[in-house]
Amino acid sequence: MEDVSRLEAFQAKIDREEKIEPKDWMPDAYRKHLVRQMSQHAHSEVVGMQPEGQWITRAPSLRAKVVLLAKVQDEAGHGLYLYSATESLGISRDELLEQLHTEKAKYSSIFNYATLNWADMGAVGWLVDGAAIVNQVSLQRTSFGPYSRGMVRICKEESFHQRQGYEIVADMALGSPEQKQMAQDALNRMWWPSLMMFGPHDADSPNTGNATKWKIKRETNDELRQKFIDKTIQQATVIGLTVPDPDLNWNKETGHYDFGEIDWSELKEVINGRGPCNKQRLKHHRAAHEEGAWVREAANAYAQKQSDKKKVA
Amino acid sequence: MDINEALIKYCLRLGDDAMILGHRLSELCSKGPYLEEDIAMTNISLDLFGQTRMMYTTAGEIEGKGRTEDDFAYKRLEPEFQNVLLVEQPNGNFGNTMARQMVFSVFYYYLFKELQSSSNEKLAAFAAKSLKETTYHMRHSCEWIVRLGDGTEESHWKVQDALNEIWSYRHELFEKDEVDETLISAGLIPDTATFKSAFEASVQEVLDRATIEEVEEGWKSTGGRIGHHSEYMGHILPIFQSIPRTYPNSKW
Ligand SMILES: [Fe+2]
Ligand SMILES: [Fe+2]
Repeated sequence: MEDVSRLEAFQAKIDREEKIEPKDWMPDAYRKHLVRQMSQHAHSEVVGMQPEGQWITRAPSLRAKVVLLAKVQDEAGHGLYLYSATESLGISRDELLEQLHTEKAKYSSIFNYATLNWADMGAVGWLVDGAAIVNQVSLQRTSFGPYSRGMVRICKEESFHQRQGYEIVADMALGSPEQKQMAQDALNRMWWPSLMMFGPHDADSPNTGNATKWKIKRETNDELRQKFIDKTIQQATVIGLTVPDPDLNWNKETGHYDFGEIDWSELKEVINGRGPCNKQRLKHHRAAHEEGAWVREAANAYAQKQSDKKKVA
Repeated sequence: MDINEALIKYCLRLGDDAMILGHRLSELCSKGPYLEEDIAMTNISLDLFGQTRMMYTTAGEIEGKGRTEDDFAYKRLEPEFQNVLLVEQPNGNFGNTMARQMVFSVFYYYLFKELQSSSNEKLAAFAAKSLKETTYHMRHSCEWIVRLGDGTEESHWKVQDALNEIWSYRHELFEKDEVDETLISAGLIPDTATFKSAFEASVQEVLDRATIEEVEEGWKSTGGRIGHHSEYMGHILPIFQSIPRTYPNSKW
């Protein structure tokens, strides 16, 4: 009985647009949904450091190098912030990393694609951060307080990344013939995977259910995807690049772009661990974590010795 | 030697030291022992690239031939780089990375402390800004040497090995040639000999706290300041310069 009234009070609070805080009572399923979604988000930020990080040493100018370094560092900061927000739900970072390493937790499939030329550093910022922003702007209104506040903070940096990315693509698209070719190639490879970032069609989306009622999710996958397409097509056209979709068409009646069918079988393969870089990304993360074990142990041992000394003194 | 010529060379040397170490640290992005440390190492790398850019730009201005920071970073050949061999040494394990950083940062801490009162305004301003950054890098790496040295048995031996490998690479930092002599007698840069014992004492203090008893002396490093590098350098520049060299007709 008590649970029923608590549940009603919880829902009423959400309906009043008040935020749920870590110390508030919440249904187990709400907590579980958030841990899954927020940790997936955190892992995405961190695994997402790899496809861009591997280009830092090859950045073609010192300015481009510090911009990229700072960008990847921002993503690490986002990961850190999201891990702590997730920890407020009663799970430790070690447990979260364990879930990542045992493939119980996922991260955004987009990071399982390879970055093959310098224009990809533009395309990732423009399209991947661009898609992430659409999603995260929507999440600023999510019902869980720490997640919502995190998104407000993170979104500011993501829009910066998006602009910097677009600048790289634009400069290359308007540059030498080789540069233009690289820019188009990057768009060709990144376009469809970016659209997949929003997840399956609403009709096929298994995780939406209560997430909408609980106002964790405020807009549907298809709504968000459409927003992204509408704002991105013009940006591509302005710099003379072609979006690789022959079915793309401005629809006067809806006021949106119509677009071709996404290859859902590809997304399914990548989600299930069979994308181009899944093994590589996980291996990289695990290796760094395992290689760092002795360092973490040393830091703990040292801290322990120091606190023992204090006790004696 | 003409003072301007010496100044250009000096700026390039400081820039080269910062650039190659910045590069080494940038290789570690996404490979840190944990996320906070990953961010810390990227921070140091970012600071060093900031210093690189200031020094290359200053060198270009003094030279007056229109060379930019990127011309110095991307269009010079290996023998033209005059960084010390210390910064080319591989990242190795985290202990190696921190030991290399400590030697570098403690030296530069003392150098910048003196250099900020240079009569050359550009150098003085550069040193004052860099001193703040370097003070943080020094504390960070020294604290890690202490933690690793006085942590577990494994970390103690790892950091001992790391120090044995890197310690004798300090010698080159104190070398002086015509460039230095010219600028020292003009009162533009400090004589590194004046802080050599302070440098050694600072490191010794860290080693004591880290319970490291003795560090081996190895080959006294030399050669970087005349462009004779270690074999590692030949694996750094081809990567660093790959894009502008592959696409010489493109602007970046
Ligand atoms: Fe991010
Ligand atoms: Fe971002």
